[in-house]
Amino acid sequence: MTATSRRPRSKPTALQKEPTGIPGFDEITRGGVPQGRPTLICGTAGAGKTLFAMEFLVRGATQFNEPGVFISFEESDQELATNVASLNFDLNELVAEKKLVLDYVFIERSEIEETGEYDLEGLFLRLDHAINSIGAKRIVLDTLEALFSSLSNEAIIRAELRRLFRWLKEKGVTAVITCERGNGTLTRYGLEEYVADCVILLDNRVQNQISTRRMRIVKYRGTSHGTNEYPFFIDERGFSVLPITSLGLTHRAPTERISSGIQRLDTMLSGEGFYRGSSILVSGTAGTGKSTLAAHFVEAACSRGERALIFAFEESQDQIIRNMRSVGIELEKFVRKDLLKFHNSRPSAFGLEVHLAMIHKVITEFNPHLVVVDPITNFLAVGNDVETKSMLTRLIDFLKVRQITAMFTSLTSATTLIEDSEVGVSSLMDAWLLVKGIESNGERNRGLYILKARGIAHSNQVREFVLTDHGIELIDAYIGSDGVLMGSARSSQLAREKAAEIERRLASAQKERELRRKQELYEAQLIALKNQYESERDAILRDLDEEKKRLELANAQRLEIARLRRADNSRNNDVNIQENGAKKARKGTAR
Amino acid sequence: MKASPRKPSRRATNGHSPEVNDGELNRWNLRLYVAGQTPRSLTAFKNLKDICEEYLKGQYHIEVIDLMENPTLARGDQILAIPTLVRKLPQPIRKIIGDLSNTERVLVGLDIQPR
Repeated sequence: MTATSRRPRSKPTALQKEPTGIPGFDEITRGGVPQGRPTLICGTAGAGKTLFAMEFLVRGATQFNEPGVFISFEESDQELATNVASLNFDLNELVAEKKLVLDYVFIERSEIEETGEYDLEGLFLRLDHAINSIGAKRIVLDTLEALFSSLSNEAIIRAELRRLFRWLKEKGVTAVITCERGNGTLTRYGLEEYVADCVILLDNRVQNQISTRRMRIVKYRGTSHGTNEYPFFIDERGFSVLPITSLGLTHRAPTERISSGIQRLDTMLSGEGFYRGSSILVSGTAGTGKSTLAAHFVEAACSRGERALIFAFEESQDQIIRNMRSVGIELEKFVRKDLLKFHNSRPSAFGLEVHLAMIHKVITEFNPHLVVVDPITNFLAVGNDVETKSMLTRLIDFLKVRQITAMFTSLTSATTLIEDSEVGVSSLMDAWLLVKGIESNGERNRGLYILKARGIAHSNQVREFVLTDHGIELIDAYIGSDGVLMGSARSSQLAREKAAEIERRLASAQKERELRRKQELYEAQLIALKNQYESERDAILRDLDEEKKRLELANAQRLEIARLRRADNSRNNDVNIQENGAKKARKGTAR
Repeated sequence: MKASPRKPSRRATNGHSPEVNDGELNRWNLRLYVAGQTPRSLTAFKNLKDICEEYLKGQYHIEVIDLMENPTLARGDQILAIPTLVRKLPQPIRKIIGDLSNTERVLVGLDIQPR
């Protein structure tokens, strides 16, 4: 439809398309089969041609209110009704409602003789009558080529077929014609020469004992269409075609972050956890706790009131619930609240395409916020790397468009490099957690690190990953001079460190005490010195004092002697002596 | 069981002369399906009439059904080709399609003449 509307300059009578209502088919043909024109469905026996044609009619009648005519050359009305009853198509009811006409055209070769000229006007009249009786818009001719085996005059048949297709176009009914695939050709009798508008090939291939149905649009005149081989499958709801990359990379990217359910892991992811709608890969060797990590994530989602869906390919629902209970994750209550659903199956039960289609179907029905696929590596048992990757690509595309957060676990073999063993899907993932068993000192410990987390600043540190009875705990691994230590090595190292620290603390206390003692010592010495100084000083001062007194005494004695001798100027003799000296000095200068 | 009703017809053809049996007008019940008065239909009817007159005189009954008028009847006898001659009686049902221009083949087709 879009392809036609994009060309406004072309003639207004652009090709109109008739939706088939078959899931996926209208997507790859961008609208359905050409309206008012015949479409050829060819394929080998058992490829699903009749079913496709029938579904085209049934869906036309039920979904688009377009009555249809089914002209069968191979099966009787009742056989047809029985065959498709298993797909929940009630043909008899549609016939009663005048939405469907079944006409069984049967030619018994043995009772027919041909002589002279004839035409197939009888068939035309039957078609015409059937179409007019209910105002049909759609018609199916199921294995028209049966005509070639019933009638011998091929020239007449070919001429009449040419006329038939012209006539159908004139009638304006959308026709689907099924054809058996020939040896090296699309159809056994070259019908594609007449039906040149749209040719669709159905195929059913068996690989490793698992069959996969595929569909390809060989030709679709006047429109663009997907050219790949698209896997399809048939289940109790009929046809489903799975467009491999019909969605492309146009999905929106939410900025909302959601918790992983493990606080320390959220912290490693800059404190907020993963982006909603992102795809998270958890890989690790056997028994490293991948499923437990996923269970935490599920628990966190369900606790927020979101719906989660677990696709388990290894364990049953009960087993998972029991095992998770042992690490303190209670899932059963969420199952009862209808927030959590399990979908358990063995990978080898179906081909990849059927798995994918089932996943699609279950997701569409349950409409979850979170999907866990545990583990994706098991698909390798069913398909090869390329197929598995293509399947996962489609699955991730599908989930992204719906903004469903997805966690995939992946089992890696201990002997291969992690980069090799991710089914080649790591590039599709937004976040990649690695849980690694680390063996040392005769024990096995788990280490977790974030290999990548698109758009999230994340820790580059290895955390020790411990499963406790209350879930997963992440512990800082010991990183010191002896390398990374985990488990008992970590705790013994920590104990050693503690002892050393106590020792250090004791030693420094000792030193402090010593210092204090020294200080006291010096202070004592200082006081002693001061005392000594003071006593010495006192002695000296005392001496000086005595000397002075002695001098005064001497003077006094001298004056006394002088007085006794009745000398002049006796009063101030010693003063005079001093003054005389001063006068003499003054006289000397005056001179 | 289906072989026994054939026997009288063989005997009839062996003599190469039509034995007229009263009350056996319905021994040969033939239906000719046509679609409108096309030249081919008219040719077929004329050819049939000639053959019956020559080989089955007095024993046959021809019913012409125009599917243009009664398209629903095409379903009952599984008619695709036009014109189609259906031998309703004697059993089993046999069909001859075409304009019946080849008398030999019509006789074989109707089991009037052995194959």
